[in-house]
Amino acid sequence: MQNSFDDIIEKLDNHEFWDFPGGVFPAERKTLSNQTPIEKLTIPERLYVTVKQHIGMEGQIIVDVGQKVLKGQALTKSMNPFAVPIHAPTSGEIAEIRKHVSAHPSGLPELTVEITSDQQDKWTTLYPLIDYQNQSKMQVLAAICDAGISGMGGAGFPTHIKSSPKKNVDFLIINGIECEPYITSDDRLMREHAWQIRQGIDVLYHLLKPKHVLIGIENNKPEAIEALQVACRENANYRVCIVPTKYPAGGEKQLIQVLTNREVPAEGLPVDVGVIMYNVGTCFAIADAIFSGKPLIERVVTVTGEAIENPSNVWALIGSPVAHLLAHCKYEQAGQKRPNIIMGGPMMGFSVTSDLVPVVKTTNCILAPTDNEIAGNNEQPCIRCSACADVCPASLLPQQLFWHSKAKELDKAQDYNLFDCIECGACAYVCPSEIPLVHYYRIAKSEIRVEQEDKQKSDKARDRFEKREARLIAEQQARDKKHRLAAQARKQAMASNGNNAKDKIAAALARAKAKKQNASIVDEKPIEPAEVAPANTSEQEAKTEASDVSTKAASSNQRVQAAIARAKAKKVATEAAVTATEQKVKVDTEDLIENKREVKQLDNDVTLVSEQPLKAKMKTQADVTDSRPADDVSPQHQEQFETDSKQTKITAAVAKAKAKRKAQKITITDDGAHPAPAAKVKSSQAKISVELEKTEEQHIDMKKRRIAVAVAKAKTKKAAEIAANSKEDKSS
Amino acid sequence: MTLSVAILTALLAIGLLALVFGVVLGFASVKFKVENDPLVEQIDQILPQTQCGQCGYPGCKPYAEAISNGDEINKCPPGGDVTIKKLADLMGVEPKSLDVAHGQEDIKKVAYIREDECIGCTKCIQACPVDAILGAAKQMHTVIVDECTGCDLCVDPCPVDCIDMLPVANSTSSWRWDIDAIPIKQIG
Repeated sequence: MQNSFDDIIEKLDNHEFWDFPGGVFPAERKTLSNQTPIEKLTIPERLYVTVKQHIGMEGQIIVDVGQKVLKGQALTKSMNPFAVPIHAPTSGEIAEIRKHVSAHPSGLPELTVEITSDQQDKWTTLYPLIDYQNQSKMQVLAAICDAGISGMGGAGFPTHIKSSPKKNVDFLIINGIECEPYITSDDRLMREHAWQIRQGIDVLYHLLKPKHVLIGIENNKPEAIEALQVACRENANYRVCIVPTKYPAGGEKQLIQVLTNREVPAEGLPVDVGVIMYNVGTCFAIADAIFSGKPLIERVVTVTGEAIENPSNVWALIGSPVAHLLAHCKYEQAGQKRPNIIMGGPMMGFSVTSDLVPVVKTTNCILAPTDNEIAGNNEQPCIRCSACADVCPASLLPQQLFWHSKAKELDKAQDYNLFDCIECGACAYVCPSEIPLVHYYRIAKSEIRVEQEDKQKSDKARDRFEKREARLIAEQQARDKKHRLAAQARKQAMASNGNNAKDKIAAALARAKAKKQNASIVDEKPIEPAEVAPANTSEQEAKTEASDVSTKAASSNQRVQAAIARAKAKKVATEAAVTATEQKVKVDTEDLIENKREVKQLDNDVTLVSEQPLKAKMKTQADVTDSRPADDVSPQHQEQFETDSKQTKITAAVAKAKAKRKAQKITITDDGAHPAPAAKVKSSQAKISVELEKTEEQHIDMKKRRIAVAVAKAKTKKAAEIAANSKEDKSS
Repeated sequence: MTLSVAILTALLAIGLLALVFGVVLGFASVKFKVENDPLVEQIDQILPQTQCGQCGYPGCKPYAEAISNGDEINKCPPGGDVTIKKLADLMGVEPKSLDVAHGQEDIKKVAYIREDECIGCTKCIQACPVDAILGAAKQMHTVIVDECTGCDLCVDPCPVDCIDMLPVANSTSSWRWDIDAIPIKQIG
């Protein structure tokens, strides 16, 4: 049974609080950075704005590379309620939209808009909503959403979703605890901007209509407490609660427990117990959005650690690379054996993989410790001391979770409520064996999540598979039925027409027979060899064409041709393996005929491009190589065709194919537009190019070459005729 | 006399009881009839549903039926050792290593059609067991990545070899924490 509202107020009136189980007291180290006011940073030259910085969906990018943007201009938008837009943190130009190392423990690249700043810092037009109290809730929520505000305490939950609960809210809790060591960004923000935080609280109060507002601040921040007390003095419903310092009192569930003694159910939300909690930074951002129309484009980041010469808090633009912040605060990397930059605090943060990791909306601290400041990774076996169970703020059994997580017994880990772990790191902090316990939990959690996703996916696949099977069966049945009906109709028609139908069938059969006979006469020579003939050449063609396709952006027509050619080549190659050996003679004869045609065409080309001596020469070369073997064939044909012709013809065909290929390649190199195929040209081509140079030097005139072409053409023609004759002889 | 009456009553009573139970059981067998073998369903739940047929059966369900009829549990390469372990638990047998005759466990992949090379023959569409390929005759086809199970069945039928099996990219949402990535920090 949860405490009633009145009981809670009564206890709070007495300045008494409840407690949460466990907790630890690590060294605070907050004075490193909380002594100086928040500093303004220079604008970095390049900003990396990650598209997704919150829990939920990412929006669609609405800017293009090269586009000029103004400070505060939206870069994404989406109709999805769980999408929060991002904004240009300064004015400049969109340099690139690509994947960039992310502010995530994995450092895996995520889609990022990169902006080169023009150092003008020129704002876009802003639309404040100062009379928010007269606006509808929807409009205020839309303004908060459009300002890109998501929870700035750590999780990054979209604020406009959180601010439209379906249940009544007893307590609006503002979280100013900041319990993690080193971090002072909320502390400085409260000290310096208490009034604006209160304005943000006012907006939330208007939206949520809670019975009471509790502002929780740890008692180690007296200046912040005083500032907020002053700021909230006028409103009796606002109460600043000075909470005892204990880690992790700033955890959402823990703070609710401290202030109200209500426990958020597992897998539940705070609103289930009538509580909603916001970080002070979020309140500040809400006030910015409503009263000045400014979107969330900068935040306070603590840059601290003993490796930093001037640890302090800075106003960092979202998207500033970590390196920019470190440079401002003078990071001394040289002295470190193991340079290590942590984003977040020492308890829950993660090491960044690159100093180009950008600041995101949830980045509250950049910690650069010295080698001695933070313990190394020196894991020892668990001694079952149960110190971890004593400090667990969620009353879990960390060692049981550890065993099961380590042994990959995910079911059992879940039985021990693994998902109630808030990953605060208290267990790992007290562990005498220095076991990185939280790490094991994180691995187990992510594995369970992946497994669940796989399960969902496989369920979907099963569903699709079964539906497809059903559809195929239905289609088959429909087809069968159609055929059956058609057959019945035919039978009926036959029965009714009687002899007439039989006559028709006989006539049809006779026609078919006659047709078949005709076909066999015309098609004495089998079709297959004709297909085999282009097998080799078409394969080559396909290959050259394919390489062309990959290098130049060929027209779609050519690509289709290439695909078809490949398909043909694939098909023919398999057929060829079977039939080629038997049919070679015939193939070669055909080849020769083709040769002739080829030569003619090449000849035409030569005359056409005669003003290009190089090309022309090449073609001639091709023709010569082409015709020479064919020429050799002629005498042998008359004498011993049966024995020798086969071999010579094969050489002729090969020579032809080679020549054609060379011709093609040379044409390409001559054009000079396609260097890639040229690079592939083999030694034979190199030889030819040498010849080419020679001939160029000699300056053989065009006429001579043309004569050579004509002679070659004639020879090939003759050879082809002879071949054709001999074929006729053979067939007769 | 009384004895015969007693015997008769006993027979009658038992006969009546038998009749009543018979009716109840008969009714129950009709009313509470289990359509499918529940074991097959359970096995099917464990199998990865890639429908790839590497086990030698035309889909995961047929293999599930085969397992329930006593076939080996180590014929599913996409499921790998995890699936074999689960099946072993369910069937009460010793887990075995994957039968390499049916293939080896591989990283997750999805099909990708090089669209400018696709000739629109629809052969891959017919081969896809989960209708994850979209397209029409003589139109370019494409794979719906979210639906693709990576079964490989579309690769062979393609006459122009324009389908690649690409490994699924690791993203921040699917990333499994690496134990060496971020040691938990302690302040001394």
